[in-house]
This record gives sequence, C-alpha cells and structure tokens, in this order.
Amino acid sequence: MTAPLTVEPQNYELLPKHSPTGEVSGELLEVAMGPHHPSTHGVFRMDVVLDGERVVRLKPVFGYLHRNHEKIAESTTYLASMPYTDRLDYFCSLTNNWAYALAVEKLAGLQVPERAEHIRVITAELTRLQNHASLVGFLMQDMGALGTPLMYAFREREKILDLFESLTGARMMCNYMRFGGCRVDIPSGWLDQARKVVAEFPRFVDEYERLISENEILMARTQGVGVVPKELMINTGITGPLLRAAGVNYDIRKVDKYGIYDRFQFRVPLGEHNDVYDRYMIRVLEMRESVKILEQVLRDIPAGPIVDPKAKIRGFRPKVGEAYGRIEAPKGELGFYLISDGTPNPYRYRVRPPSFINLTILEDMCLGQLVADVVIILGSVDIVLGEVDR
Amino acid sequence: METLEQLKTRIEASIQGARLEVIANESPSAQRSLLIDPEHAVGIAKFLRNDPQLRFDYASNVTGVDWLDTVLKEKVKTKKVVDGVEKEIEEIIEKKRPGFLEAVYHLYSMELKHGPVIIRMRTANRADQVHLPSLTPIWRGCEFQEREIFDLYGVVFDCHPDLRRILMWEGFQDYPMRKDYVEPDDYEYEPTAHDKVLEKSKKHEAFGKAMT
Repeated sequence: MTAPLTVEPQNYELLPKHSPTGEVSGELLEVAMGPHHPSTHGVFRMDVVLDGERVVRLKPVFGYLHRNHEKIAESTTYLASMPYTDRLDYFCSLTNNWAYALAVEKLAGLQVPERAEHIRVITAELTRLQNHASLVGFLMQDMGALGTPLMYAFREREKILDLFESLTGARMMCNYMRFGGCRVDIPSGWLDQARKVVAEFPRFVDEYERLISENEILMARTQGVGVVPKELMINTGITGPLLRAAGVNYDIRKVDKYGIYDRFQFRVPLGEHNDVYDRYMIRVLEMRESVKILEQVLRDIPAGPIVDPKAKIRGFRPKVGEAYGRIEAPKGELGFYLISDGTPNPYRYRVRPPSFINLTILEDMCLGQLVADVVIILGSVDIVLGEVDR
Repeated sequence: METLEQLKTRIEASIQGARLEVIANESPSAQRSLLIDPEHAVGIAKFLRNDPQLRFDYASNVTGVDWLDTVLKEKVKTKKVVDGVEKEIEEIIEKKRPGFLEAVYHLYSMELKHGPVIIRMRTANRADQVHLPSLTPIWRGCEFQEREIFDLYGVVFDCHPDLRRILMWEGFQDYPMRKDYVEPDDYEYEPTAHDKVLEKSKKHEAFGKAMT
C-alpha cells in the first residue's frame, strides 16, 4: 500500500457544486433509482445525483427487507437459526449453512467426519456453480439481452437445484448442515447423478462463452467501466470474485484452507483491468475451477459417518467464549461471529454479509460513469438483498 | 505471526501512553482479542496497518456487542487465622460491573495472508458516554458496518464521514439490538388469540373499553 487512503467528512445533505474532475457542474438532478427498479435485484434504492448523464454522487439506501435477523437468532437456540440462515443469501443457502456450522464448530470444538467434509465441499461448489451461472445470466439481462442468456443459465441452474432437492428436500431453502456434520446421508444414485451434471457443465460454459464472451456489444458496454484502484478495494474490505477481478490473490479457500480444501488442485483466476468485463470473466473462470474441484471430490468421497457423535442436538450449550468462522461464499467472505455465555442461546450472533460490505465501493465505481452503466456495475457487484438487509 | 503479548509490548513501546489488555477466550476456538483504549485507537490502528511485519490492510468484520450491568462473582483465596490456625479460605467477592457497549474489529492481512487479530473498544457506559473514534479513515471497510453499529446499538463514531441510520429508517428512535430493547406495542386484532397474543389482546380490550 502506498498513499494512506482517508475519507474526508462530507455533508451529504448538500448537492456537490463540482464534478469529481473539478469542472463546474451544470444543473444537477437528483434521481431515486429504485426501490422498485427491476435492475436492482430486489428492493434497493440508489440516490443518484446526475450531471447530464454522468453520475456525480450515488448513495445506496437499503433496509427495506430488514427483519433484524441477528436479534431473532439471539433469542432462539443455536440450531434453531440454522434454517434461518438459508434466507440470508437465498441463492446460496448451503454455503450460508456451512459458514454458520463452521463458526459453531469452532466455538464448541466439534470435529467433522470425512464423508461430511466431502459432502460439504460438493454442495458448496455446486452452489457456486449455480450462483455464478445465474449471475452472468442476470448481468446479460441488465445489459438488455432480455431472456435468452438468462434462460440458458437458469436451465443449468435447474439441474443443480434438482440435485439439491433430492439431497436435502428443498430446492433453495436447504437447511442441510448440522453442527459437526450434515443432516442426512446422500441417497443412492445421487453421486452418479451429480457426476453426470458436473460432466455436462463445461459444455454449458463453452456454449455460453461462444455466445457471449466475444460479443461486440458486451465488450463495448463493459470494458473500462466501473474501474477503481486495487488499493482502494483492499482498504474497503471487498472480497470474493469482485476483489479477484482487481488482481488481488485472496481466496479464503486457499488462505484459511477450511474444511478439506487443501487436498484439491485448483487455481484462483485473477483479473487485470478491474472492469465489469473482468468481473464477468472471473465468474466464468471460477465456474471452470469449481468443476475441477467437483471432479476430484466426487472421485474421492469415502464411506463413513456423516455427523460427529459428540455433537448434541438437544441441550447444546457451548462454553463461554467467542468464535469467528468464515468461508469463501460465492459472493465473498461470509463470516459468523458468535459469543456464547454458556446458555442455549447465543449472546451475540453476527453475520458478516459479503454483499453488504461489497456495496461500500459502489459509489466509487459509479462516479463519472453514465447512468445506464450504473445498472451493470451494480449487476457485476452481485448483491442479494436478503443478505444486505438481514 | 507474533503472539498477542508480543504485539501488545510492541504497540506500547511505539505509542506513548497506550493502554492495552489481552482478553482471554476459554472456548475451543481460542481466539483472544486485544482491548484498546479509545484515545489511542486511531494510532494503534495505523500501527497495525502500516507496520511491515503486520500489514493488517483488511478490516473484515466490525460489530457491536451490548453488555448490560452485571454482578461478577470472583473466588478469592485469602489466608486467615481461625482459632490460632492459619487456614486458606475461599471467599466469593461480588463486584458490580457497569454496562458498556463494545465495538469488535476482526483484522486480516491480504498482503501477508495472516490473521485474525481481534481488537475491541469499549464505551464508558451505555447511556450518555457512547462515543468511540471511528476507524473508517484507516479502513474504509468499516464505513457501513460502523453505521450499522450506530443504527442498531447507538454507538456514536467520531470522525465518521457519514454517520446516519442504515437499516432502520430515519427518525426511528430506539436501538433495536440492545439487550434491553422493548418491542413496540403493535397489536392487531386476532380472532383466535392465544398465549402471549391473548394477554396482549386483553390489555388492548381494556384500552378499547376505556375509549368508548
């Protein structure tokens, strides 16, 4: 890091008189984009100040879905908030489950059996595949390619959701992990089904890339859009594909090696230009790497128990203390911070949501851009409002 | 990476008058934390970010905790002379600990790929002295999370660039994540009321009769 990055206090009630480059602005217009704008992926509002078509200021406003998830979790038992974590990032319920289970396992000192670790990696990587697939679909939708690319992506996502349904009983609200393992074992024939889906997946990525990646309109719309310095992204605590598109090699699967990720061969794709195109490309490359991990884990999965025999379901009371557990969710670092006071309920239950913190940099990405590009920059950040608002 | 005790002595050597304390954690996670004093917090944070061996350039998780007034029970062994024989007697001393609000920061290093170092700051009490220095000028990742603590816990972060409510609406009065928060009495008519709802409806029935 070179120059210290500081944030000057500003009065946001006043409209700025100058554009970020220092030119005197013309008449400024304040527009509320959202909360019902279809491109905001939920109920999310951006207070945008425009100078002509250029963005001068942008303030994200959210909280429309706020239900105080943390307070509710503090008033129930540890296990009772497991199904509630599904509703945070409703695209990736299985990774949410894993992050919460990991934090509780750290707090209570539970060991996860081999087979359960493998199942967790399988489900997490399948979740990453379907999240990234639908994200690139949504990104195209935001750019005006209505329907077709999104439906191609959803066709693949549907196959993975079918796998989730036959494993956990639900397509999206899976509620599958337990402290020290998983809820049920894999049904017979499921692994072959999963192998088939994984083997077919690269064909979809190839097809999608042939269709989209070198499309002239896509390149014109996305290249050089939404660029911010790499140092600012690190300082802002951006994680996940968004950070790696800036060329920062930080993948928690490689750094923390949680679960059994140290056993698998995979690479971390890095971007170079940090524009929307790189963010799209990182997702495509990560899908390819996830397929590699899935091939290895589906080959290696052993037989055995799926839950730690020491894990108590009833009367679960961890010792007094605290723990922070984090995983690489498809959107970035998802962490759970728990404080136990020896009672069945957590004293403090905190979610560190990746999409919430990734929104911090939205204004910096959008300054000086066209208002039409705000939509695709937001699309490339990949937010889910269930997680932002909690 | 160096231990917290080594880190503590190094910080105390480089920053004049900084008071630090290592907070123990007896759970299997063994994640201990450093309690820092709010007056030197910005200096300590700068040190943690800029020191070439530490380089904590990434503030991952920032959160608040509410601690109510509690009575701490401590067992103290004292030697007393009872009937001419010296004996060790265990006494339980009760100490009143006034409540406070706490801000917890989980720091990692993206450059050196180590962490977490957990630092925490405490306010003087829960009522009027709830000011803490903002660490947003050091790590911008704290911006929204400190706003969230302000919104839900009522900790006022000095020098924060944009301290407004973030999840609750503007004009909301209370701090919902505090342990003594009372939910608003938003009763709606329920035809088949039972348990808690029944109690609530009785209260509102009496209110309705008094009105007519």
